[in-house]
Order: sequence, then structure tokens, then C-alpha cells
Amino acid sequence: MNFRSVAELVELAESEDLKISEVMVRQESEVMNRSREDIWAEMGRNLDVMGQAIARGLSEDKRSPSGLSGGDAKRIQYYKKNAPILLSGETVLDAVSRATAVSEVNAAMGIIVATPTAGACGILPGTIFTAAEKFKLDRDAMIAGLFVSGAIGYCIANNACISGATGGCQAEVGSATAMAAAAVVEMAGGTPSQSAEAAAIALKNMLGLVCDPIAGLVEAPCVKRNAMGAAIAMVAADLALAGVKSIIPTDEVIGAMYKIGQDMPVALRETALGGLAATPTGRSLERQIFHDTKEDE
Amino acid sequence: MKYRTVFDIIGPVMIGPSSSHTAGAARIGRTARSLFGRIPKEITITLYGSFAKTYRGHGTDIALVGGLLDFDTFDQRIPSSLQMAKEAGINVRFVESEEIPDHPNTARILISDESGKLEIVGISIGGGKTEIIELNGFELKLSGNSPTLLVLHKDQFGAVADVATILAKHEINIGYMQVARKEKGLEALMSIETDQPVSDELLQEIRLKSGMYSVTVLNN
Repeated sequence: MNFRSVAELVELAESEDLKISEVMVRQESEVMNRSREDIWAEMGRNLDVMGQAIARGLSEDKRSPSGLSGGDAKRIQYYKKNAPILLSGETVLDAVSRATAVSEVNAAMGIIVATPTAGACGILPGTIFTAAEKFKLDRDAMIAGLFVSGAIGYCIANNACISGATGGCQAEVGSATAMAAAAVVEMAGGTPSQSAEAAAIALKNMLGLVCDPIAGLVEAPCVKRNAMGAAIAMVAADLALAGVKSIIPTDEVIGAMYKIGQDMPVALRETALGGLAATPTGRSLERQIFHDTKEDE
Repeated sequence: MKYRTVFDIIGPVMIGPSSSHTAGAARIGRTARSLFGRIPKEITITLYGSFAKTYRGHGTDIALVGGLLDFDTFDQRIPSSLQMAKEAGINVRFVESEEIPDHPNTARILISDESGKLEIVGISIGGGKTEIIELNGFELKLSGNSPTLLVLHKDQFGAVADVATILAKHEINIGYMQVARKEKGLEALMSIETDQPVSDELLQEIRLKSGMYSVTVLNN
């Protein structure tokens, strides 16, 4: 059991008639020399932290210390329950509000699970908890979903990158969106290759996304990119389940993401020097937040 | 493969807001603390690249000091670490460097007290994963794929044998080993990548041998 790319992962799963989650659990057990019970329990604890972050984010409406984020998760949930007609639909808005909730908790220095990073921590909880609710799946199915996303993330991290400073937001929110899309495909009963297609379709729609946080804070636009990442993951999963295929294979999409990240100027890679951070409003907010010194840039 | 385990991807459990700038920073700080073996009196942290540009927004400063106070990535005391360090009488100084580092998230930590000092350079490569690239002036070339034992010791005969014997007793195989020193008879560094995880008990056994200054394990 050893894969280095998404193609190898799918090949292993399909030739041995296993789910992607099972391939990941077996590889983890072999490489780390740990029992599957032990590994499953650790992933279960991560799932619980995610659930707690969702609950906290949906019940609080206070702003973060900087004033840039907070309260939107609750606002979206309220709208979902009370609006007579929803444009994007209940499932998408559930995923979006939960992703927002966890991302808001992160901005407030609360406890979250980095998936694959803290900047992208809302997307997996948002999509996996919503898919489980929709398909009436148990806790173990959600844990399996996390292993699927871990397998896709493992391929991205080892063949490209997962940090905004190295590859921009496409490497963080983009990776998480691909990971989430693959996970919910398996949870919905899709095949390993459909999971891979979903990951490719999701990541393609995140290519080129820059990391330009206002005042350098993981809040704006990060929280809303988590929200939209969750929405893209759900729709990408539906496309893959419908039989839509990516023209470019998943591993090549990952390669393209890495190359685009290398070509991205430093100003757009988590330095708060370009993009939204450098807009007049972005700069003015930065001065308000760090009124003491940071005026020389 | 830089990322070995699924929990590098789905994890760590951490205090927000950034895995590279908060959790990774806490881990770099904690590695320095673990090597130093005690609470330092003086802390000087030089930040480079994205760390230098955005450390306050990400709580990188708070997390590095939290790590130096031995806090894990999910320790709820991290947000108050600067205050706690101040109350403990620790002098903390931050330097924002304009120098362009090889990796955008780089921190140099110099810690000391009356009985000694230690300097490490750490990088945070994403998702909370970190690498130590320099220790007390020794450049480290580590794969980052295996548990790595770092032993700072007096350059004298028997030191390598002592460590190798303890590893053998615990049935731990060495995959790669590097020994470096600056001058004969002074400080030397062993960096040892192992095939099996290294226990705290084993680290303690090494510490008790003569001529061992500090011992820690990375990527365990």
C-alpha cells in the first residue's frame, strides 16, 4: 500500500476493490507502524474538534478582535431557515455556513483542525458534516471522509505545496476544496475515480487564487473564501457523481497549481503587500488595526 | 515525501489563525525550548520574509514565545504568552529582518540564561509542519521524513558510540547519520534519522551520558 500520486491512489483502490479512505488507513498504518484502531481514534478526535468549532461558530455572533470577521455564520443560517426561497439551496448554504463558522472561530484564535492549513480549516468541516446530515451517515462515515481528504491532501502536499506563502490561496483553500470534493463523493457512494475527478474539477476552479489577507490577518478574504470553497466542493462533487470528467488529469492539475504558485509574485503570497490587502480600504483597515506603528509600507 | 502521515494533512489541532504562522511557529519555539531544556532568560527572535511582514496579524510572535514556554499548538495559554513571559521575568525581543530568506517563513531564535545559550533557525513549510535548518551555527541537512534525533555534545571519543548503543538497546535502526564539529574538542552535533519513533525515556538516557549538552527529537 503505497501511493505518491492521485493516479496511483485510484489505481490501488480500484485494483484491490477498496475505498480511498481504506487505502489511506492502510498506508498510514504501515508507514507509521500504528494500529488501525489507534489511527481511527485520532481522526475521530479531530472530527470532534471540528464539530465543536462548528457549534461555537454558529452560536456566537461577536466580532474578532480586529473587527474584520465574526457573526456571518449565524447570519447565513438564519437566512437559510427564514428566506421563502433559496437561490443556491439548503445543502450548499448549510455547508457554507458551517465552513464560515469554523473559519470565524479560527480568526478569533479558537481551537480548530488545520485541513490542510488553518487558513482553510472551514471547508472540510462544512462539507463533511453537511454531507453526513444529507445522506444520514454516522460518525464513522465522516471519519472515513476525513481519510479520503487526507489522501488527496497528501498527494497535493508532497507533489506541490499547501502554504499560502509558497503557493498562494490556491494552495490552501484550493487544496482543501479539492480534498473536500473527493471526500463527499465517497460519502455519497461514488467511486475512487469519481473522487479524483471531483478533486480535479474543484482545484481547477481555484487555480490562480492569490493569498492577499488584509492587514496580514487570516480573516478577510479568508473566511469568505472558505465559504465559497465549501460551495465549490459540493458542486464539484455533484458534477463528478453525474459523470462529468476533468479533461486534465488530477495530478496534472496539481502540477499546474504548483507551477502557478511558483510564478506568483511575492506580493501575492501571504505578505499582505498586494491584491485586496493593497486596496485603499485594505490599507486603511490595516492602519486602523495596527494604529501604533505599521505605517512605513 | 515531505509529508509522511495523514495527520500532517488533517491536523494539527491548534489555536488559530494560521497553521504555518501560528502552529508552525509554536512548534519551532517548542523545538528550541526542548533543546535548551529549561526556561530561557533572554529571547531574541529574528523574523524573515512573510513571518517578518505579517507576524502580528498571525500571532507568530505570540506562538513562538508560547512554544518557548513549552506550550503545544492547541494550548489555550498561547494567546497570553507574551504577558506570561513578561511576568516570568523573561526578556523578549523581536527583530524584523529585510533579508530575503530561502524560505518565506523563517525564524531565527537565540535564547540564553546564565548557564548557556542556543540558536536555531526554523522554517514553517505549511500545514503546521516545520523544519530546523540550522542549530548553533551547524547547518542541518535533514530529509524531514523520519524521526530525527539531534544531540549537541562535547567533541570527545565515545560520544557517538554511547548514543548508538542506547539506540541499539531500544531496537531503533539508524537510517542516516551526520556528525559535525566546528573545532576539535569543542561542541559537536549528531543528527540521526531513525526508522522507529524515539521515546522520552531514550532521550533521558542520552542526557545522562557524559558530555551531552542537549538532546531532542524532531518529526517523531
